[in-house]
Amino acid sequence: MKIKVRYFALFREQVGVESELVDWSGGTAAELFQKMADKHAALMPEAAALVAINDEMSGWEASLSEGDEILFFPPVAGG
Amino acid sequence: MKFAVSATAIDPVAARKSVADNSCGALVVFEGWIRDHNEGQAVERLEYEVYRPLAEKEGAVIIAEAVERFGISNAMCIHREGLLELSDIAVIVCVSSPHRGEAFDACRYIIDEVKSRLPIWKKEHYVNGISEWVNCEHCAAAGHSHRHP
Repeated sequence: MKIKVRYFALFREQVGVESELVDWSGGTAAELFQKMADKHAALMPEAAALVAINDEMSGWEASLSEGDEILFFPPVAGG
Repeated sequence: MKFAVSATAIDPVAARKSVADNSCGALVVFEGWIRDHNEGQAVERLEYEVYRPLAEKEGAVIIAEAVERFGISNAMCIHREGLLELSDIAVIVCVSSPHRGEAFDACRYIIDEVKSRLPIWKKEHYVNGISEWVNCEHCAAAGHSHRHP
């Protein structure tokens, strides 16, 4: 299935693109992040990173469906 | 308007007025300012990146939680995005309630949740020409760091 992956802030700079379309055989958000970290050596997993799916905050154990848009957020720092 | 992201300067007087209420005897305001240093580095300016669709949605949820949890009468928050200069207001929280105790508690809750839950990132530009994404507080406590000359 095709999943759209979007990166923000530090992650976008590490990867060098804002988004990409990924072929994904299925699995959790955490597994997709690991796949992307393997593809882009610069993408560093962070304990405090957050994930959203289709503009809803999500857990890393969520599974993905065809056409989903997954957002990888590095540790946030508002205020 | 309960929670908003603004690309232009925050007007603190207008923000206070938006929670004005004759039934309230207390107003608590928190302003987050751009300071000239962080962790030993001299800061020249600061940049906020905000993912608006989710920040606006989650920001409204945080305000609703504060009203529910502390029983306050009115609350609002505005967070800046884009390039900010020293002394600019980065974020403002205004809470009004009949008495001060719940207003202080709710104001603290809102700013703490905004800092830890909203998809907002801060890049500091230092006087020495280096810029760096700033980690969340518990990441910084763990000693993580990312530098981008």
